Amino acid sequence: MVTILSIKPLLAVLASLIAAPLILISGKHQNLREFWSVAAGVVKFCIVISMVPVIFAGNTIEYTLFHIYQGIDIKFRVDAFGLLFATVSSFLWIVTTFYSIGYMRSNKEHAQTRYFTCFAISLASTIAVAFSANLVTLFFFYEALSLATVPLVGHKETPEAQEGARKYFLYLVGLSKTLLLAGVIIVYTVAGTTDFVSGGLLKNVPGSTLLFVTFFLFMYGFAKGGVMPVHNWLPSAMVAPTPVSALLHAVAVVKVGVFSILRVVFHTYGVDAMTRMNIGTTAAYIACFTILVGSIIAMTKDNLKARLAYSTVSQLSYVILGAVLLTPLGMTGGIVHIANHAFSKITLFFCAGSLYTAAHKTEISQLSGIGKKMPLTMAAFFIGSLSMIGVPPAAGFITKWYLALGSIQAHQVPILIVLLASTVLNAAYFLPVTYKAFFQKEDNPGHGHGHSHGDDHGHHGEPHEIPMVVGPLLLTAIISLAIGIFPNYFLHLAQEVLR
Amino acid sequence: MNLAQLPILSIVTYLPLAGIALICCMSNKRPDLIRWTAFLTTVVTFIVSLPLYFNHDASTWQMQFVENVPWLQSFGVSYHMGIDGISLLLVMLTTFLSPLALLSTWSAVTERVKEYMICLLFLQVGMLGVFCALDFFLFYVFWEVMLIPMYFIIGIWGGPRRIYAAIKFFIYTMSGSVLMLIAILSLYFMMYKATGEYTFDILKYHQLHIPAATQFWLFLAFFLAFAIKVPMFPFHTWLPDAHVEAPTAGSVILAGVLLKMGTYGFLRFNLPIFPLATQQFVPFIFWLSVIGIVYGALVSLAQDDIKKLVAYSSVSHLGYCMLGMFALNVEGIEGSTIQMINHGLSTGALFLIVGMLYERRHTRLISEYGGVMKVMPLFATLFLMVCFSSIGVPGLNGFVGELLILIGAFKASVPFASVAMLGLLLGSVYLLWMYKRVMYGPITNEKNKQLPDMSFRELAYLVPILVFIVWIGVAPKTFLNKMHTSVTHLIEQVNAEKTIAKTMDYGTEHTHN
Repeated sequence: MVTILSIKPLLAVLASLIAAPLILISGKHQNLREFWSVAAGVVKFCIVISMVPVIFAGNTIEYTLFHIYQGIDIKFRVDAFGLLFATVSSFLWIVTTFYSIGYMRSNKEHAQTRYFTCFAISLASTIAVAFSANLVTLFFFYEALSLATVPLVGHKETPEAQEGARKYFLYLVGLSKTLLLAGVIIVYTVAGTTDFVSGGLLKNVPGSTLLFVTFFLFMYGFAKGGVMPVHNWLPSAMVAPTPVSALLHAVAVVKVGVFSILRVVFHTYGVDAMTRMNIGTTAAYIACFTILVGSIIAMTKDNLKARLAYSTVSQLSYVILGAVLLTPLGMTGGIVHIANHAFSKITLFFCAGSLYTAAHKTEISQLSGIGKKMPLTMAAFFIGSLSMIGVPPAAGFITKWYLALGSIQAHQVPILIVLLASTVLNAAYFLPVTYKAFFQKEDNPGHGHGHSHGDDHGHHGEPHEIPMVVGPLLLTAIISLAIGIFPNYFLHLAQEVLR
Repeated sequence: MNLAQLPILSIVTYLPLAGIALICCMSNKRPDLIRWTAFLTTVVTFIVSLPLYFNHDASTWQMQFVENVPWLQSFGVSYHMGIDGISLLLVMLTTFLSPLALLSTWSAVTERVKEYMICLLFLQVGMLGVFCALDFFLFYVFWEVMLIPMYFIIGIWGGPRRIYAAIKFFIYTMSGSVLMLIAILSLYFMMYKATGEYTFDILKYHQLHIPAATQFWLFLAFFLAFAIKVPMFPFHTWLPDAHVEAPTAGSVILAGVLLKMGTYGFLRFNLPIFPLATQQFVPFIFWLSVIGIVYGALVSLAQDDIKKLVAYSSVSHLGYCMLGMFALNVEGIEGSTIQMINHGLSTGALFLIVGMLYERRHTRLISEYGGVMKVMPLFATLFLMVCFSSIGVPGLNGFVGELLILIGAFKASVPFASVAMLGLLLGSVYLLWMYKRVMYGPITNEKNKQLPDMSFRELAYLVPILVFIVWIGVAPKTFLNKMHTSVTHLIEQVNAEKTIAKTMDYGTEHTHN
């Protein structure tokens, strides 16, 4: 294994950071402004992809940005795990940009320049988190991401949106400034550095109550991971425009949370130390609780985005669960679920946005018969649902398969039961949506009008799907299937992480 | 004459006096001339102080640029000046902030400009003297000298309750310094008893071994003097009054530099001269610090006056400085020192910003504002950056200070460090909440619709601070390197006495057995 010094990780971060001011100054020329977003996305993705062969060959790439204190650097390090996350998020950024253009223009949203600028900064921070070489750097960009996304959550500037943004800020910044910073400092005082080391920085450190507690400081400090009870910001953040919910709250923000937790599991504590300190089991049961309760709450929600939000809370804990099972198969399942869930959940959110743009429908109870009018959207939704439930050949199946094997490997029958129960719950809250859309007759028009205020806002004609919106969601739906059938790219990276 | 032989510290310290002399010759009818003279004096002082930074040798803890001339020989008073890595940074902060503070009052102060500028320059002499003096007598002279111009600045050019605030400020600080004077005199005689020499040389006191019980009382006297200045909870009540009434430049200097004299005093006197008492006082000071951190933040949260909010936030921030310092490890003290600089920059900038708002609307009440972002976008951006710096967003200076202080505090005591972390959370809440109420939302007040954005002059005094805010945030080594050996030496001094005390304890126990 060779460490290569290269500026590429920095360039990947800078690509969208440089785009941000360009977007800001070309605010008056819509097409030019969107050109910058797309161009930055493509450049970023190409830079990320160009690092794949190096990483597949078992090498790592490093770049030190600046030195802060003894043992504390702001430094980038690209390894298989970071690369997996970076590929997914930089690719989905391009898709989401196209989707955003369609969505924002069709809905005539205000402050689009601010929206695209913040989006670019968020992505720069996300990639920087993926490539962070130590906890301090990670903390650095984790905070940057929180701050850059607050304006996106509060985009609508209604009291509800402001409340959502406030909650979002308090949860994410508040918990990171207290629990997470404490965790980082404890690791620094114990190890003298916070670098991510393969096999774990604390591999040889004797276990102690302090380190046991510290792990949970991380688990809750990374509140973006949505482990209950610090999940509440996520449903509130759904007031944001749908592309924000899609990219940030299915991919970038929440995945940064679980990604960071996994980083701590693999590269700060390390599997050996986790096992020795007996952290895994406790953490696994917390994750199981979140999986079940998240799903149960999701069933009670009629608002489509709220249901998706709770489904996200539940699915994020799959990733955490896989990692803290601490068995090779379980960890593989956790890692690949970062990608699998990203593609499937973004499809579902895109569908929710498409329904809103075309038909102004936000509640599941309004969806009767919509499948005939918006077949592509609902078909994609169906694929996304299958993946969430874990039906082959959709991507989610790969995750469930590995997680189930992992829990057997760990001799944890209760966890296996939780996984099966959760599958049933997933089916119970996702399948009725599709059923309603395709097989139920539309409510009589008079009744329908009383319910859906959206119809009064000028969409009197038949809802029609907007190409700029439907294109991206079909693409992600197809990819959700494709990575279920050909999971090798992500599995290979996952094995590289565990090696 | 060789450049290295120039008494550069004295030149830097007394240069403002030259400016005062010039201004005295000018007619009060030409305020602009006076302003320019004062401004240029401070700029020249800053430029002259730059060689201090570049020629300072960071590899030694010894005092540098030393000037030691006998003064009142029969009393053992000498004119002894010198700086080490810690005071260097504070001297630089002073010379850096002074011209910026002056610029901020260009249009705010229109009456008695001459006297005002004289006071500001005189204040600068006092502050620089305090950081450079290595003789107790000299130190005390500068310490008291500095009070007078500040008293006038608050009392003459202040707000409606200026007389009350000025007198309160004066009495508080004065009572502290009287105690310090008593302690200095008892040290003086103690020194004579121990060595047979009358001297006020501070460095000689660093080597003096004082019995533990005596250390306790002397520490307490110094502690009160400095704790009032810092100000630590519960000695902070003069601060909000002084800040609210003082004109912008006064507040900037007060927050930026004057408060640092308290923390500097602890570093220069309490820690090295009374190491045993220092160790004894650690829990006590930890308590006061965390109470100050949390209390300051909570009170800030409740303010409607922006300036009062920033004033109380100082109580909270200085609590961190004290917490880090009394962690008594390298991280803690370096963090504490860098946080002194940070606080000078960030809070100084916040007061400048409040000043800008006040000049436009002549009110500081948060409820009078709202939606200012829409009319002043540039101002909004810089304001947000300063807020971020103050709450310790990674990448800006506040983060570095907080991180080091908390690392130090964690090594010393986990419970206190944990409470301090909660303070961090409150810190971001009160500042950003204030920012939100002032800048966001619709413009509800008609008067806010026509506010002009920042002028060139305003940019000129805010941007330099922002440069350093980012600089310290990304490359703190530039500044940490300067103080590292001095801090390490300081810790050795504190610990050396401890080991001596331990062996003595051991010895007595041994005889008992």
